[in-house]
Amino acid sequence: MALSASKLKVGDVHSARLVEDLKRTQIVQYAGASGDYNPLHTDEIFTTKVAGYPSVFAHGMLTMGMTGRMLTDLVGDARLTKYGVRFTSQVWPGDTLDGTATVTEVADGIARFDVSTKNQDGVEVLSGYAEARVDP
Amino acid sequence: MAAKTFPIEAGHIMMFARSVGDPNPVYYDAEAAKKTEAGGVIAPPTFVQSSAQFDPDYFLRPKIGQPWFGSGKNPTGITRAPGGGGGGGGGGLHAEQHYEYHRPLKAGDVLTATTFPGKTWEKEGKRSGKLVFSESVTEYRDQNGELVVTARGVGVRTERPVEQPAPPATGKKEEA
Repeated sequence: MALSASKLKVGDVHSARLVEDLKRTQIVQYAGASGDYNPLHTDEIFTTKVAGYPSVFAHGMLTMGMTGRMLTDLVGDARLTKYGVRFTSQVWPGDTLDGTATVTEVADGIARFDVSTKNQDGVEVLSGYAEARVDP
Repeated sequence: MAAKTFPIEAGHIMMFARSVGDPNPVYYDAEAAKKTEAGGVIAPPTFVQSSAQFDPDYFLRPKIGQPWFGSGKNPTGITRAPGGGGGGGGGGLHAEQHYEYHRPLKAGDVLTATTFPGKTWEKEGKRSGKLVFSESVTEYRDQNGELVVTARGVGVRTERPVEQPAPPATGKKEEA
């Protein structure tokens, strides 16, 4: 179901829980599907003993993918025209993430959004934007 | 990077959608997808990242018979990690990713990816020493040569691992 421009107002906020208590297995699942097998995401021994991090952490692209679900649930299938993000903080196993999309502009059949994803401590882990085609 | 062929396969889309926690039937149920505006199974917005599966030289995939920097008998299988591997001190991390969608990506499409190097720049980071950013732009074209997705990625190499902020007083995240 696509959005209608006439029903969107600048400042409207859509939010969704993206994941609760992120599991290491989901990170493994993402590694397998995406083909990014960097041990930093799945290999606790390498990541703690060699790379010097406190634990494995999620691929930034997993967070972008989970945030993408919030966007496509909002704008409808096959409607996104742009989606871009910066990864601002790492996401760890056990994290709970919430995403928000805030309408910044609606013009010429395109809606623009600011996109933000935060963890359970309120730390922003992803910050970006999206654009989508909307109905009149 | 050389141009490479990236077949968009329904089973791969299903696995990818599952991995990002997206149960939308448009990503796995051909019958249900036919009735949607998409008209068939499409790929989720970040799917082209998995073109890595079809890059024979992708450096973050173990290769048969070659050393791998992840743990086995020892914490790492090699003494010096390859570029971007996050060995020893710091390593390569993904800083930004941007997509432009020119049309929906559908199961059955066959893409060809061509990557162009972009800018590089440096910055002094508070938590990880000197940061070296580098950008690349990948154009994904379909079987008819039409542009489907343009992807711009920014990677960052850090001098040392990103320092972690002190854990909050409540809501401890990691067990020792």
